[in-house]
Amino acid sequence: MTMANGKSGTLTKRDGTGISDDQAVALLHRMMEIRRFEEKAAEMYARGKIHGFLHLYIGQEAVATGAISALRDNDYVVSHYREHGHALARGLDPKRVMAELFGKETGVTGGRGGSMHLFDVSKSFLGGYAIVAGHMPLACGLGLAEQYKGTDRIAVNFLGDGAVNEGEFHESLNLAAVWKLPLLFIVENNFYGMGTAVQRVSALVEVYKRAEAYGIHAEQVDGMDVVAMHDTVARLAQRVRSGDGPVFLEAICYRFRGHSMSDPEFYRHKDEVERWRALDPIEQMKRRLFDAGVIAEADVARMQEEVDQIAQDAAEFAEQSPAPSRESLMRDVYARSPKLEEDGRA
Amino acid sequence: MPEITYREALRQTLRYQLQNDDRVFLMGEDIGAYGGSYAVTKGFLEEFGERRVKDTPISESVVTGAGIGAAMAGLRPMVELMTINFSLLAIDQIVNNASKLHYMSNGQITVPLVLRMAGGAGSQLGAQHSHSLEGWFAHVPGLKVVVPATPYDAKGLLMTAFDDESPVVFIEHTALYAAKGEVPEEPYRLPFGRAEIMRQGKDVTLIGYSGSVHQAYRAAQQLAEEGIEAEVLNLRTLRPLDIEGIVASVRKTNRAIVIEDDWKFGGFGGEVVSIIQEEAFDYLDAPILRCSGSDVPMPYSHDLEQAALPQEADIVALAIDLLEGVTR
Repeated sequence: MTMANGKSGTLTKRDGTGISDDQAVALLHRMMEIRRFEEKAAEMYARGKIHGFLHLYIGQEAVATGAISALRDNDYVVSHYREHGHALARGLDPKRVMAELFGKETGVTGGRGGSMHLFDVSKSFLGGYAIVAGHMPLACGLGLAEQYKGTDRIAVNFLGDGAVNEGEFHESLNLAAVWKLPLLFIVENNFYGMGTAVQRVSALVEVYKRAEAYGIHAEQVDGMDVVAMHDTVARLAQRVRSGDGPVFLEAICYRFRGHSMSDPEFYRHKDEVERWRALDPIEQMKRRLFDAGVIAEADVARMQEEVDQIAQDAAEFAEQSPAPSRESLMRDVYARSPKLEEDGRA
Repeated sequence: MPEITYREALRQTLRYQLQNDDRVFLMGEDIGAYGGSYAVTKGFLEEFGERRVKDTPISESVVTGAGIGAAMAGLRPMVELMTINFSLLAIDQIVNNASKLHYMSNGQITVPLVLRMAGGAGSQLGAQHSHSLEGWFAHVPGLKVVVPATPYDAKGLLMTAFDDESPVVFIEHTALYAAKGEVPEEPYRLPFGRAEIMRQGKDVTLIGYSGSVHQAYRAAQQLAEEGIEAEVLNLRTLRPLDIEGIVASVRKTNRAIVIEDDWKFGGFGGEVVSIIQEEAFDYLDAPILRCSGSDVPMPYSHDLEQAALPQEADIVALAIDLLEGVTR
């Protein structure tokens, strides 16, 4: 990426940590890609190309983008059902993600998972899960496996604020803490579990304090600030990697769209949404890079064209892809077991 | 061949797996320092250490889920849930994750998890500790469900469970741990989906599994005194189910009684009946009967509990009526 002013290192901190200008621009680009992808998905849903539930990540792009950019390629990422952003941030092919939303053969799981169940093991992206907090025990198991094998690979588990009142949340935090599992929990606190405000259903609204009750190091971060997300996760991932046990991060963020496509949003005031829109993570990052002289309007315009094209290509690819064959319905209900096949026991 | 207990048979396979495959580790409530609620893992912590034998918090959901996650990452965990009653606290992990991940991920993920638990009634443990829920698990595509009846079954089926790439729900019977039987010393494997003919017969097929197959066997011995030769089928696994074996036996005997400790309404026995009528209707000389547990929360009192469970005498009476053409 050519910078408008040829400057570099504007966002690098004095102590040498933080990100380079190239990385900063890449983060902006990724957030714009996710935003445009989600807008295209909404459009395709409205046109009847996508069915079922569709939970858009619009507004929360900085969380997944910043966090995942700070991980190693083979760290496990385990996410919730609003996970298109995490999948794209992890480098899953937008065409194959869109094809999955369309339910096509070429989708990341061949049309079997859908919007809420994206997987790409080759990218260590181990899924979107649709039972609130039900994925947390799996993340514990992935961390446990790496601890058992003696690697320094970590598991990063994204969850929503709605997950914190589930039993599996508490069971997982306790197990991770008592076994010192290499886990980074990232709660995306967007203040609503579906349509229910956190303070209406939570005895303790500061989510990170719950982790402290288990003796887990916990922090809060501005989830609308992609650089803060990146820096915080880079630091915390290092801490987890060192073997001192799990860390818990609460990212304060906001979703600009409804819970899913069918949400009339009776539960929150338009003024509140507007106040948060003023903190749009993409616009914030653009301003920051303009102010630092890293990019100019023309750069943004070009990036916008690029992400428009990515989203358009994804939709066209999905549209043109074949549906999975009905004959494939029963494939992979059970895994092939070579050891059983060897001696005719399968 | 040495005669050993069902418990010892399970121990032999677990020890073999721990000794021969570093990917295998065990975790569960009180399996280490305590030695296991049913003493199946007694001494393992001392022998294999904390890395391989992990005592867990009483948190069935995360323990099961962590087993699934570790399996996803290439290990071969054995999670012990103590009893099937506690599996209800892990049902989300078993049904929403373990059974579905291979399919949902389009074959990218495998979950080679062995999930052991003890089920069954008859020990006056009351309504919350006397479940026979194996039929629930057998209902779920993606799970394999194993129900060993003898020490020989226990050792050989558990060996196979560790070779399977799919999640295996391995349900032992609380009343059988001390039961003895002949078991080869060397390791061996029994196939899933193949029933054992425990006793040959020509007049009626008695189909059971786990605890109930022993009642069927004893009932068959009594029936022999009455001149009725009953064939006894030990299913060994509910999923996969040996449909071929069941059908072959019924084609021979033309009559069948399905026996299970579980509640009758919606129980697994109904599935067996359905398969027989679909696959062997023309061979039937009489309605297929069921001898099941009563549809009641299990009472504590000995007499009430026994009244709720299928008894040998019930099976004998049903078989005699079937042969005599008495309609019930």
